[in-house]
Amino acid sequence: MIKDFFLTLVRNRKSLAGLCILAFFVFVAAFAPLLAPHPAKADRVVTTKLVKAETGDPETVAEGEASDVREVETYRVTTVREYEKTTDYFPLKAKPGKGHPLGTNHAGQDLFSQLVWGTRVSVSVGLATGLFVTLLSLTLALVAGYAGGILDDIISFFTNVFLVIPGLPLIIVIAAYVAMKGVLPIVLILGLTGWPYPTRLLRAQVLTLKSRDFVRVSRSLGERPSFVIFREILPNMISIVMAEFFASSMAAIMGEASLEFIGLGNVTVVSWGTILYWAQANGALLSGAWWWFLPPGLCIALLGTAFVLVNFGIDEISNPRLRKR
Amino acid sequence: MKYFLRKLGMLAFTLFVSISINFFIPRLMPGDPARALLDKMEGLPPEQIESVRAAFGLDTGDSLLVQYGKYLGNTLRGDLGVSFSRFPMPVTQVLRIAIPWTIGLLALCMVISFALGTAIGIAAAWKRETRLASFSVGLFSFIRSFPYFWLGLIFIYFFAFRLRLFPIGGAYAVTETRGSAAWWLSVLRHGTLPALTICVSSIGGWMLMMRNNMINVLAEDYITVALAKGLPLRRVKALYAAKNAILPSVTGFAMSLGFVVGGGLLTEMVFSYPGVGYMLYQAVNAKDYPLMQAIFLFIAAAVLVANFIADIAVMILDPRVRDGAA
Repeated sequence: MIKDFFLTLVRNRKSLAGLCILAFFVFVAAFAPLLAPHPAKADRVVTTKLVKAETGDPETVAEGEASDVREVETYRVTTVREYEKTTDYFPLKAKPGKGHPLGTNHAGQDLFSQLVWGTRVSVSVGLATGLFVTLLSLTLALVAGYAGGILDDIISFFTNVFLVIPGLPLIIVIAAYVAMKGVLPIVLILGLTGWPYPTRLLRAQVLTLKSRDFVRVSRSLGERPSFVIFREILPNMISIVMAEFFASSMAAIMGEASLEFIGLGNVTVVSWGTILYWAQANGALLSGAWWWFLPPGLCIALLGTAFVLVNFGIDEISNPRLRKR
Repeated sequence: MKYFLRKLGMLAFTLFVSISINFFIPRLMPGDPARALLDKMEGLPPEQIESVRAAFGLDTGDSLLVQYGKYLGNTLRGDLGVSFSRFPMPVTQVLRIAIPWTIGLLALCMVISFALGTAIGIAAAWKRETRLASFSVGLFSFIRSFPYFWLGLIFIYFFAFRLRLFPIGGAYAVTETRGSAAWWLSVLRHGTLPALTICVSSIGGWMLMMRNNMINVLAEDYITVALAKGLPLRRVKALYAAKNAILPSVTGFAMSLGFVVGGGLLTEMVFSYPGVGYMLYQAVNAKDYPLMQAIFLFIAAAVLVANFIADIAVMILDPRVRDGAA
């Protein structure tokens, strides 16, 4: 069933493009250690070179890199082996150039590496929150829609109440109170405030499916509720559940970036949002350091567009009216 | 009438829930943030420490229920406590300085972007076969994915820092006398970039929503009939299709309101625009919890009331709702 769904997605041009961008970011997140030239917070490269040995020519242990500041110290391990340790400090707020494709920040950290490592944090927070929100709202929707009656009334009522309470100010106030700063609290806060909208949409879908003939037949044949829910209703909801997953993930990535930009995340973790936080805190704008704040926002926008494109595809598959005639 | 009363009841209840959330957030947080705050305040004037105690109900000996009752009473009277960072000003007074700026900026942007977005959405659905229409759909969904604050940063960089067309932040020129013509001009100049940020980011949402509604309506039989009858295209587009497609958009307007307001808050933070959003930013940095919570309450109340107004608009526009069928 899920395989069929992905096959349809791949056949749609828009969703294919979205899936490709998404796959790219997941790839970068997964292979960050291989793709990033430096650790996220490195501000120098240390190389050690053997300059004098017992026999033969000096051999190189690792190659150094050109930079503004260089410290060289020589030391002996034994009486005959002599090493030269070179420390190259990265320049501060350097423009993109050789060695630093996206320049460096106020502390001389390589921004390309930060962007790659930040992708790992931002993408995983986004997808984890998206999954959390989807599971939470799917459970609520199935319970409300299938059980009906007073349970449905209660869940729908609270969904409608929380739907209209503005999310961002609420998230900011909660995050300001949370003593522990970090990735997990952000996932929890965004997850526990993001459920109303998807719950409402999914519940409507459960109700529609519940009144369809094949579900009615199955129920009147005396099938167990678990069978009806998981074998009859759920498989027919895959596209809308996936659409909600992508929409929730996008909202989570935006929410995470906003919280971190305000300084309510853990500012010592490198993510797209905290790169922007440090850029703002150190006056990147007024020193003209465009390479500092441009790339993280572009990544967020690109990933957001990927989610939107996939959902366009899903919309077109499930609503034939939107298809090109 | 039944619809109206139901919506009014809903408004009252959502307000009540927001007020209650406000009360329980600091009390349900793990790690007792209020106590931690109090520990950090040693050495401050005793009356200030007392105000913190009062705000969080520490050491008063009251049960949670009694505190809750007192809090509800105070809130209804408009007493939201005393600001920590601008002690001893009441938070309502601090808030009052910021409110006009936010309402002026956001209300203007909402009207402009909703009108413009809806118009573009109608055009994009009507001429959906053209290349321009598909291009604009792609473009707007890309722009919509920009974080508001980031777009604000870009605008500051290009228009304020590079080209020096507009001021970098603030809401008015401090050198002019308040209320003079030059002062009003400076207000306009300072407001342009924040307004542009909010409009550009939010237009896409309205546009895509309207386009989808419009496409759904265009597939209805009565449109086909209207076209077959040979009615002028303009008439079909405006009176048959757009008029019916705009209703779900008004409902959607209410739904997206909270999101746009959130974006507006972030925009204010980036531009140091002295509205509610920037004040929230300052409150967060100064750990001024009463101010933060008052801001949350104010924004929630404003959004809820705006929602209510949108519901009433739907009631007036939609005969099905008006006559009690829905």
